[in-house]
Amino acid sequence: MNRLDVDALLDDPATRVLVCCGSGGVGKTTTAAALAVRAAERGRHAVVLTIDPARRLAQSLGLRELDNQPREVRVEGFQPKGGLHAMMLDMRRTFDDMVWAHAGRERAEQILANPFYQTISTSFSGTQEYMAMEKLGQLVGRDEWDLVVVDTPPSRSALDFLDAPQRLSTVLDGKLIRMLSAPARAGGRGIRKIVGAGFGLFTKAVSTIVGGQLLQDASTFVQALDSMFGGFRQRAQATYDLLRSPGTGFLVVAAAEPDALREASYFVERLSAEDMPLTGLVANRTHPVLAPLAASGAQAAADRLERSGDAPLAAAVLRVHADRVAVADREKRLLARFTRAHPGVPLVGVPALPVDVHDLDGLREIGRRLAGE
Amino acid sequence: MNGWTDELSRARLHVVTGKGGTGKTTVAAALALALATGGRRVLLVEVENRQGIARLFDRPPLPYAEERIASAPGGGEVRALAVDPEAALLEYLDMFYNLGFAGRTLRRMGAIEFATTLAPGLRDVLLTGKVKECVRRVRPTGRHEYDAVVLDAPPTGRVVRFLDVTRAMAELAKAGPIRGQSEGVVKLLHSGDTAVHLVALLEEMPVRETLDAVAELDAADLRPGAVFVNRVNPPRLPERSLVAAAQGRVDAERVRAGLASAGLEVDDDAVEGLVDQAVEHAMRVRAEQRAKELLAEADLPSLELPELTDGVDVAALYELAEVLVGRGVR
Repeated sequence: MNRLDVDALLDDPATRVLVCCGSGGVGKTTTAAALAVRAAERGRHAVVLTIDPARRLAQSLGLRELDNQPREVRVEGFQPKGGLHAMMLDMRRTFDDMVWAHAGRERAEQILANPFYQTISTSFSGTQEYMAMEKLGQLVGRDEWDLVVVDTPPSRSALDFLDAPQRLSTVLDGKLIRMLSAPARAGGRGIRKIVGAGFGLFTKAVSTIVGGQLLQDASTFVQALDSMFGGFRQRAQATYDLLRSPGTGFLVVAAAEPDALREASYFVERLSAEDMPLTGLVANRTHPVLAPLAASGAQAAADRLERSGDAPLAAAVLRVHADRVAVADREKRLLARFTRAHPGVPLVGVPALPVDVHDLDGLREIGRRLAGE
Repeated sequence: MNGWTDELSRARLHVVTGKGGTGKTTVAAALALALATGGRRVLLVEVENRQGIARLFDRPPLPYAEERIASAPGGGEVRALAVDPEAALLEYLDMFYNLGFAGRTLRRMGAIEFATTLAPGLRDVLLTGKVKECVRRVRPTGRHEYDAVVLDAPPTGRVVRFLDVTRAMAELAKAGPIRGQSEGVVKLLHSGDTAVHLVALLEEMPVRETLDAVAELDAADLRPGAVFVNRVNPPRLPERSLVAAAQGRVDAERVRAGLASAGLEVDDDAVEGLVDQAVEHAMRVRAEQRAKELLAEADLPSLELPELTDGVDVAALYELAEVLVGRGVR
């Protein structure tokens, strides 16, 4: 197995952006925070962008409110050789800021008041991903840090992080909205011809369902954005370029469970198809066996002890061991299957902590485990 | 409260939600099998385009059709349906506008995705609308098509928004075919025919999220059903050693002596390793106990399901279903 050397990665000045991705519930946010803490203590000037962190994890970084700005981490007992800033993403505010930055005051107010903008900026499933990318671009652009560690939104699939911005820009940039809101205008005619009468029916159906007002709002919004940004698609493209540039690395975080590893596999294949730099796989929360004792022997001995009733503590310790061997064997099997399919991907197993991480010491401990200490 | 209740047995729509990674789909499938036990017909529905059910039952991806996926003990039957919002929208449009061939072209152009993006609530209305249709469908004999419908719903963070059709409808036009449908959905979801079950693990975060979800469901006037506590490990250490062990105090000499009396001679490192494992185990069990106390605040019927070391395959689903039947699910 090709082992991922986390310290070498963090110490390399050429590492500028680390993206932690993976399906929901695998510990991405904690991993991102632990990497940033370790990097700072090893001398990097790092900033970590977290998305929807658990409250106590946020507090462990000294983050108390969602203010969408990086704040220096000042926590007792934390005196890193380098430096550490941390922030939580506020997607609504990031979107608002983008509008303020690119539109004149009057225009911006119009956009912000548009009901369709309010829907898109809070409930569309791709907005969080899009804004995470936008914020990442801003942090890199500020040139204040030599390492940016990003967490990705808790979507059901790791691929959403790559796909959602494109989906959003397709929706906002697309010709459809223009045709639906003003079908008579030029540009729509070509497609109308192909689809024929069905399109008229569809427009009618859509406006019956969502209402003509909403279509109108959407159209106004898209036209305003269009003139403002020169198209969402270009903006998404710029972020893609950043992700593909040297200095960016993707760390895929997965639990040693079939579903999470399957997602990780999809993601690894996708990154390679997109020419995006895969740094390695973090197999999170593993349960390595700590005593070299066969499970069968342990079970048999526990049976004997339980029958005699002499040494309940030793019997229990042996049962714990047998359970642990069974779990470890399964994890090893699953990871071996992943490695067979992706032999070139460096991998590091991070042994599970028995309790939740909620302070700096916990993050340091995860960091040590990531580094294989 | 422990075990299933009569009130839950009267529900016809069982919505299953939980924090990501808690095993929501597994529990939904086991619940469907348990409900089908004894000769009933149950439909298991998924709505997030994940094909999680097909994967669980080791089958090719499900089409947009109700297919028999498993038989249950006692002549029961589970069918499965993966609801696709695009297909559901076309189904509606077809009913009212006869789109025919044009529908397919629109789909290729992404027009449907576009419409559901314009009004995100539309997607949820379409999905819950299809579920309602399955719950209410009646055979020519006058009996319901399904004795129960189990819905593998979105995770806790999104489930209330998903089920809050009233809110979604505010986004939609004030009249029209979907509007009419939605009123029936609202009625079903807020009636005694529906129970929203939560899947939790005995860890702090999933438990807190479960409690938050219960409060949110109450606030939205949706009825929380049972809490399924998934992946419960058996506590191995004797209760009296547990607290000390969780603080790192395990008598290594006693362990060594005990091992020796069972004929196991091990070196110091191995004893240390065994002790460390026991300490970690004790810490986890204590954390689980605290999580359980916290979970009791929800004051809902709770059902525990064991951790399956070998992972979840079809045989394991039957095993879990049997556990549920043993806890009174019917």
